[in-house]
Amino acid sequence: MSLLQVEDVVVQFGGVTAVNHATFEVVAGSVTGLIGPNGAGKTTCFNVITGLQRPTSGHVRFDGRDITRTAVHRRARRGIGRTFQRLEAFGSLTVADNVRVALDIHEGFRGIFRPGDHDVDELLERVGIAEYAAERADSIPTGTARLLELARALACQPRLLLLDEPSSGLDEAETEAFGALLVELAGEGCTVLMVEHDMDLVMSVCDEIHVLDFGSVIAAGTPAEIRVDPKVQRAYLGYSDEGQGAHVAESLDETKVLAR
Amino acid sequence: MDSFLSYTFIGLFTGAAYAIAASGLVLTYSTTRVFNIAHGAVGMVFAFVYWDFSQRQHMPAWLALALVLLVVAPAFGVFVQRVLTRGLGSQPIGVSLVVTVGILVGLIGVATQIWPPASRTVPQFFAGHLITLGNVVITWHQVLTVVLSGVVAGCLYLLLNRTRIGTAMRASVDNPDLLQLYGGRPQLVAALAWAIGTSLAALAGILLTPVIGLQYYDLTLLVISAYAAAMLGKLTSLPMTYVGAMGLGILQSYAVGYLPSAGNVAGLRAVVPTLFLFGIIVLLPQAPLRIGQVKGLVSAPVPTLGRASIWGGALVLFAMLLAVGLSTSNLLLLGTAATYAIVMLSLVLLTGYGGQVSLAQFTFAGVGAVAYAKIDQPNLFGLLVATLVAAAVGALVAIPVLRLTGLYLALATLAFAQLMDKLVFQASYAFQFNNPLHAERLSVLGLKIDGTGSYTVMMTIFFVLLALGVIAVRRGRLGRILIAMRDSQAACGTLGLDLRWLRVGLFAASAGIAGLAGALFAGLRGTIVANDFQFFASLLVLLVAVIWGVTSVTGAAIGGVFLMYLPVAQSDHANIAGLLFALLGFGAVALGRDPNGLANKIFGFNSWVVDRLYPALAERYPGMALRSRTDEWDGAVDGVDDESLAASGTEVERDVVVAG
Repeated sequence: MSLLQVEDVVVQFGGVTAVNHATFEVVAGSVTGLIGPNGAGKTTCFNVITGLQRPTSGHVRFDGRDITRTAVHRRARRGIGRTFQRLEAFGSLTVADNVRVALDIHEGFRGIFRPGDHDVDELLERVGIAEYAAERADSIPTGTARLLELARALACQPRLLLLDEPSSGLDEAETEAFGALLVELAGEGCTVLMVEHDMDLVMSVCDEIHVLDFGSVIAAGTPAEIRVDPKVQRAYLGYSDEGQGAHVAESLDETKVLAR
Repeated sequence: MDSFLSYTFIGLFTGAAYAIAASGLVLTYSTTRVFNIAHGAVGMVFAFVYWDFSQRQHMPAWLALALVLLVVAPAFGVFVQRVLTRGLGSQPIGVSLVVTVGILVGLIGVATQIWPPASRTVPQFFAGHLITLGNVVITWHQVLTVVLSGVVAGCLYLLLNRTRIGTAMRASVDNPDLLQLYGGRPQLVAALAWAIGTSLAALAGILLTPVIGLQYYDLTLLVISAYAAAMLGKLTSLPMTYVGAMGLGILQSYAVGYLPSAGNVAGLRAVVPTLFLFGIIVLLPQAPLRIGQVKGLVSAPVPTLGRASIWGGALVLFAMLLAVGLSTSNLLLLGTAATYAIVMLSLVLLTGYGGQVSLAQFTFAGVGAVAYAKIDQPNLFGLLVATLVAAAVGALVAIPVLRLTGLYLALATLAFAQLMDKLVFQASYAFQFNNPLHAERLSVLGLKIDGTGSYTVMMTIFFVLLALGVIAVRRGRLGRILIAMRDSQAACGTLGLDLRWLRVGLFAASAGIAGLAGALFAGLRGTIVANDFQFFASLLVLLVAVIWGVTSVTGAAIGGVFLMYLPVAQSDHANIAGLLFALLGFGAVALGRDPNGLANKIFGFNSWVVDRLYPALAERYPGMALRSRTDEWDGAVDGVDDESLAASGTEVERDVVVAG
């Protein structure tokens, strides 16, 4: 059953079309990858899903309901959580307070009676950044801040979690632990949609992958299918059918990973 | 029909002047993201300069005009961009607003210092030359203004669309960083935009002066009309700005012509730009939450409630001592200081914690004062009602701006303050055209507090209680949420926080506190007049609060005393009264980038004494290190958040970076 449906979404900024009739679904309980070269419109899609960007046309459905015109905070309350590619941690608060604020917001008045900081500690433990609890969020390393954003999003108990390049800034061991956490989350009923450039991570944890190029979905399928899809290879490697040279310079990094 | 035609021509003239001013505002805002609230004040100052050149120094009008528009104004514009507002575009909106409000106040100070109040007239261009169409008479001055507005529009079009630098300007609107990467020079673009923008403000001021007179405040408020016109183009579109300005000018002219000139609606004629503005604001679509704007701010230390209570108790004791020792007139001053301090507390909550700016806090104090006097219940109930009335009015101001960003809220408050000055405070249900209102002193639980001394002590107690409340909010859940909202609105939204209503609630609470201050002030004075609550006082309150530190209650306390002393100093030294405003304004320009203000420097000194000086002395002179003393100091350090102590360390580093 699909939890999220993006239907024919178009986003235009002035004359530039960032998302061009994108259509895809996210199955409940899955880990789904959204990949594509830089500038393919992945983050814009996230913004449309969370309500930070109003689409020029098209619809977004969550849990069967049309949420295209729903306010950002209402979508969050219905269970859509996210992290940001460009960090949006609350820099003047401590790491623990970042999570505490999220709990405060999520629980509303009920939270006044929250006993102690058990939940905060637990969430920080879970993403593995408990040692940073007392530090200001603008003084911690990027990878840690990404995990903090994850902990903060989890505090609101989302049913759908959007992660925007969550592994950049993590080392290999951390990335592995992170991948395991994602699978665990999906098992608990928290569906994950992830924009990610680390192909090893994507291929190992995703149940399904959608590939975006120039704002359109050019392929969808299991990791095994995506790996051999000629359209995907073209988008990433930048070869035309006649086998001319690469022209998408930015995607070279991913090319190497994909080729491994 | 004839009168209709002549009102239309007058409207076109006013609209043309607005269009010239508004184009300058749009040009500077869209290229540098700094909204220049001092735009009208700039026009005012250059109208005075033009008067000085053409009337006092008897230069020919064309020479004076050319000197102002082509030399002095552009040079000043470049100076403002290069020195005063450089880099403000990427700062939080609160900072850039405070800095430009500082420029506004500073310019008014400079103008009153150089050109003290006197009757001055600026003749129209081509005075005496008229065009007669049937029964309708048009002056050459009016025609010239309309023609000039067309010339300005045409030149701006050519500049932006037909020249390289113009293309760079348009690119700069979208993304200055990208422009720099592609070899453009955003600093040059910004300087040019400010040079032209300042010149246009000057031109509009000079053209309007023969009609509205050479006054400090009326021309300064031209910014509201310009801003209202520019809002039609969302502060970025020049053609829509032109349309908005013309529409506004004509609308205002008809209002003057056809609305009754007596009664409660008479004031309507003066506030057409404000009403026009609110009308457009209500029609604007929801602003998206900005992403990628996160700035962790280093806040002043937040004391524990216990520690703050000790200081508060000490403050009340001190007030009691003063109540015994001081004369009645000095006690009234002390009460005034308490009033200002409480108003500044409302800004600590709103600006210091919430990151929103209000340019109408003293107007809310006025609402509270009028409500208190009108209810005529000099007890805690009356005080509560006055507070609630002010809070409700605050909510009414914030609700139309609900869907927009902080800049629009601040500008709406400025418009609101003007509306209240011109329309509501003068109406029969408030001050009735500058009549004084009488208010009785408060009785608390049946005990009448009649003596000025005891009343002042009571006001101090109110300040302390409210300060403790503000600190409690900051330390609690709500405070955390406010800081989070200030840091990243997008993240708060995606966590499920309804920012809009939180902002309205915050704004209402802040207005309520200001209203309480006003009510207490009414009781203190016994009689109040509309002049006590003019919009200009709100600007001063904001600037002084920021200078002394808008993130701490200590800053509010010191700021209150400072602001009380300002008019005293001005009447003692009448010859430099304007200079004091100028110092205050440009002091805010210099200090406005650090909202923690001077109070934080005191905290910094304190922790320097505790952390560095005292251990060093104790090491050198072991005899001094009394055991009990050490414990006390440790206690003092524990009293402050670990978070904030760590923070003051980072701040030092930042200062170095800024200076480098």
